[in-house]
Formats: sequence, C-alpha cells, structure tokens
Amino acid sequence: MILEVDNASFSYDGITRQFDGITFSLREGEVLSLLGRNGTGKSTLIKCIMNLLRLQNGRVSLNGQDVAGMRPEEIARQIGYVPQVHNTVFPFTALDFVLMGRAPHIATFAVPKEEDYAKADEAFSRIGITHLREKSIAEISGGESQMVMIARALAQEPAMLILDEPTSHLDFGNQMRVITTIDRLAAGGIAVLMSTHFPDHGFMISHSVAVLQGGRMIAYGRAEDVITRENLLTAYGIDVCVRYIEEAGRRVCIPLHTCSCRDGKGDARAPLRQSIGE
Amino acid sequence: MLYLLPVLLVFFSLFFGRYMLDPVSTLGILIVGSANAVLEAISGTLPLLTGQPCDLPMLEQTWESVESTVIFQIRLPRVLGALLVGGGLSVAGASFQGLFKNPLVSPDILGVSSGAGFGAALAILLSGNPLMIQLSAFCFGIIAVVATYSISRVYKTTSTLVLVLSGIVVGALFSAFLSLLKYLADPYDTLPAIVFWLMGSLSAVSNDDIIAVAPPILIAGFCLYAIRWRINLLSVGEEEARALGVDTERMTGVIIVAATVITASAVCISGIIGWVGLVVPHVGRMFVGPDFRRLIPTSALLGASFLLVVDDISRTLTATEIPLGVLTALIGAPFFAYLLTKKKVGWT
Repeated sequence: MILEVDNASFSYDGITRQFDGITFSLREGEVLSLLGRNGTGKSTLIKCIMNLLRLQNGRVSLNGQDVAGMRPEEIARQIGYVPQVHNTVFPFTALDFVLMGRAPHIATFAVPKEEDYAKADEAFSRIGITHLREKSIAEISGGESQMVMIARALAQEPAMLILDEPTSHLDFGNQMRVITTIDRLAAGGIAVLMSTHFPDHGFMISHSVAVLQGGRMIAYGRAEDVITRENLLTAYGIDVCVRYIEEAGRRVCIPLHTCSCRDGKGDARAPLRQSIGE
Repeated sequence: MLYLLPVLLVFFSLFFGRYMLDPVSTLGILIVGSANAVLEAISGTLPLLTGQPCDLPMLEQTWESVESTVIFQIRLPRVLGALLVGGGLSVAGASFQGLFKNPLVSPDILGVSSGAGFGAALAILLSGNPLMIQLSAFCFGIIAVVATYSISRVYKTTSTLVLVLSGIVVGALFSAFLSLLKYLADPYDTLPAIVFWLMGSLSAVSNDDIIAVAPPILIAGFCLYAIRWRINLLSVGEEEARALGVDTERMTGVIIVAATVITASAVCISGIIGWVGLVVPHVGRMFVGPDFRRLIPTSALLGASFLLVVDDISRTLTATEIPLGVLTALIGAPFFAYLLTKKKVGWT
C-alpha cells in the first residue's frame, strides 16, 4: 500500500473542520479520483497528504511511514505533485523547469549533475515532449505547460503522483491528452491521486473514486458504484443521468438541464431525453 | 569574456584619473609593490615561526612614492570598494528577486537602506566620527531587517507577501525618523553631511574599510552562490518548492540573512546607492537567461564592473565629484532603456 489516509481531519482555525474522518488507500498502479464541489476541501486534503498542512486528527502514511515525521525531501522522493495553476514569473526553459524535479535527490549546496540531466531527458521522452526541451515556459501553451509540469513531477522519480485538477484549464483535446498520459503512467506502475471536476474521468481511468461533500466522504469505491445519479445530486446539487455508451466502451455522465434559450418554449428536455434514451 | 571585463576595468581605473599614470608603470608598481608587500609579510612572520631571523631582499623601487600612494592608498581601496559594493548589491538584488518571485524587488525591500540611512544620520548628528557613522549605519540596517522579520513572524509563517508588507512598514517608519533628523539637523553643517551621505559616494573609502567589509560581503556572497540553484526552486512559489522537497523556511532565512549582511556592509562604506541592485540582475537576465545558476555569478561581475565604471566617471568627469547615487541612475537608466528596446527579456 503506497498511500494510506486514516480518519484524517483538518481545520484552519481549530473550530470549523475543512474535512473530517477521511479514510482511503492507494496501491501502486492505481488511480484514485477525488470528486466534490468547489471549496469542499479537495485541495486542502491534497496539501495534508504532502504534509504542507498538518492534520488535526488522523494519519497519512507513505509506504507505512507517517508523513508528519518525514523531511520535505523524503516526501518529495515519494510524491510528485502537479499543482492546479502555475504562474511563472521568470521565463525558465522547460529543461530548467523539469530539472527542478531533481531537487529531492540533490544536496542543498549542489547543482544538477549529468545524471540529473539524463533523468530530466528521460522524463521528457516518457511524456513525449522532448521537442519542448529548450522552449521558455512563458511561451508554450497551457496544454504543453501542463505536460511539462507532469514531466517535472516524474523527474522526482516518485512512487506516486498527485494532480490537482489536471485538466481544469485545458481545451477539449488537451484534456484527453493529459488523461491518456496519466493512464499510461499508471499502467507503468505509478500510483495516481487526482482531484477532478469531471465525473467521467472516474469511468475513464480510475480504479476508485471518492466523493467529498461538506467535509465528509459521502462515497468511496469502484467508479461504477460511486458515480451514480444519487451521489452526484448530493455532491453537486444537479440532476444527471449515467449511461453506458457502446462506442466509448464505458459509462458517461450527462447533466440533465432544461434549455429555455433554444426553442423559446422552455422545453428542450423532451428531445434531450429522447436522444439519451430515457 | 565577462570574467575578463572586471579585471581590465580594475587596471584601467588604477591609472586613469586626475593624476594620470602611464599604464606600463602602473602595472610595474602593482606587481613590484605587491611582491614587496608579500616579501615584507614573509620576513615579518617567518622569524616568529622558525625562530631564525630572516631578511629577504626587497625589490627596487623605480617610481616616485606619490605614485604608489595614489595607487595603493587612494585608488586601490576605491576600486575594490566599487567592486564589492556593485557586485554585492547586484547579487543581493538578484537573490531577493528570486525569493520574492518579483522582478521589481531591490535589495532594500526589507528596509535595510532606510534603517542604514537613519543610523548614519543619527551618528552624523551625534558624533560625526566616520567610524561611528559606518557602524551605526550597519547596525540600524540590520535592526530594520530584524524588525521587518519579527513583524512578519506574527503570522507564524514566512509568507513572502507579509514580509514585503512589513518591509514597507519598517521602511516608512525609518524614513520618517530620517526626515525628523534632517529637520533637526544644522542646515549649514550636519544637514549637508546627511544629504551627501544619502546620495552615496566611494571617495572616502580607505584600505581599513575594505578589510572590514570585504569578509562579510564575500562570505555572504559565497553563501548565495552556493544555494544558487535552490533560488530557482524558491522562485516558482513557496508551495511548489516545498512539494519539491525544499525546506523553504530555512532557505528564506539564509537568503535574507546573506542579502542583508551584504547590503548593510555595502551601504555603510558607500552610502545609499540605488538602482544597481534592481537593474543589474535584469541586464544579467538579458545575457544569460533567468537560471540563477548563471545569473548570480553574472550579476556579480556585471554589478562590479558597472559600479566601477560609474565611480570612475564620478571622480573624473568634473572638478568636483558627482555623487555616485546620482550617477548610477543617470548613466544606468538610459543604458537600461536602450537594452529594453534592443533585447527581448521574455516577460509575459
């Protein structure tokens, strides 16, 4: 078991709990998706797992070791982190940037050596973005920069990747490219924990899904069991339908919404219902 | 090429000036003079070690003693001072820009210059002794940064935004105190002294000053050089740096202490010299890019060369010296504007 989160709870001010009683675990090669509405504590939970914030109760262990007692570089050798947004102030090259992933393996007063450059290049080719190597990260697109961030996390040689909403700012195609990349990495044996706003990601690549609502985990298990109309209604307050689509070979979620702008009469639901077969 | 620049400039600065020397004899004086100093030092210490008297022959002096006085007592300390102050301020500025993730930051962001200015003015009013002025400037520079850091600690984090805000608070406070001292100062005597100090100058730098400030500037500069790659990591954000395994709190501490020691040491011999610490790192970035592994040494060399040139101009251009703080901006600003239009910096 790479990651075990046991009865974790956290509070910024000691009074109101951000989340409470969270328990789940993750093996190598497994993908876990965290679902839940904005502000429900997904990012906070991720920070607690990396010990950037300290839990109030409960315990997070990496390979059986409590993160609260680990040094930052020890954690960084196990967990590669891809943050939600990255704002670059200084226009580093992608290579300089990916090299930063070598930090947990480099002594405080040292600079990257040849083997670190080799590991960085390996990360580039594993993601398939070697052509970006010399480009400035201020000049590449959002999708490319997300790939560079993932390459940096890989250069840490972690047992596990944590991605905070990896597809939030990306266009339709880049979203799928990132998801495919994550899928490939998981198939290679890396454990993946990602928070996401798209329940479909659960069906696409996740072995397990956890749904947070109001600081509690309201559901946790196989995607097929967790991503249901009832759970999504509780989590997001909207009505959806979940259907198996043959061409995709998996289930999809479709929000049910009455469109009033399309036909002027406020009844777009009937044709929508027909088309999804309800 | 860049490494050669300061060496050439030093040599040029030594013979160039109101008392012109010819380059060849300057080189001769330098070599023979330093050789004699070394020989003298050996013959002074060797008997202590071995217990036997030792008389080494001295090299022959072929020049007038006024020439060697100009070189060793007047120009050399001044040249070394310009190198230390210019290089030091640039390295401190570059490091702070990385730490605060902001290219508009200069070394006095945490209040060190305001503190030092107040300290110097206080000493000018109370005693006027040059040593006291330097000591007081240095101490109040450090006190200002300690005050800034303590205020930011109230938030139990070293969030850089809180640090910058406390720096502004402390800077404003010391500037107000400084204005008060100027208001109280004698307008015919101490007030001009305060104003001149604040405009910056290297004209009074002596060999003793160099011996006093060189070790702290060089040691702190070397610390920043040693962690130059870690500054890259800090410059992408505190949270990301920690996720990459960097002990951000300790690194922040090291950078603040080192940059403050450099700036306070520089300011106490030269007065307030603005602009260098802000702009030289940018010029460096135009040459070698944003990677601090190359930016730190480049900034040191460029800053040292720049201030040396400016100081040469300040002491030779007119019959009276032009204050250094005035000239750095007067020469630096158009030069920087030229670079901005010529080379793309890559900000987005």
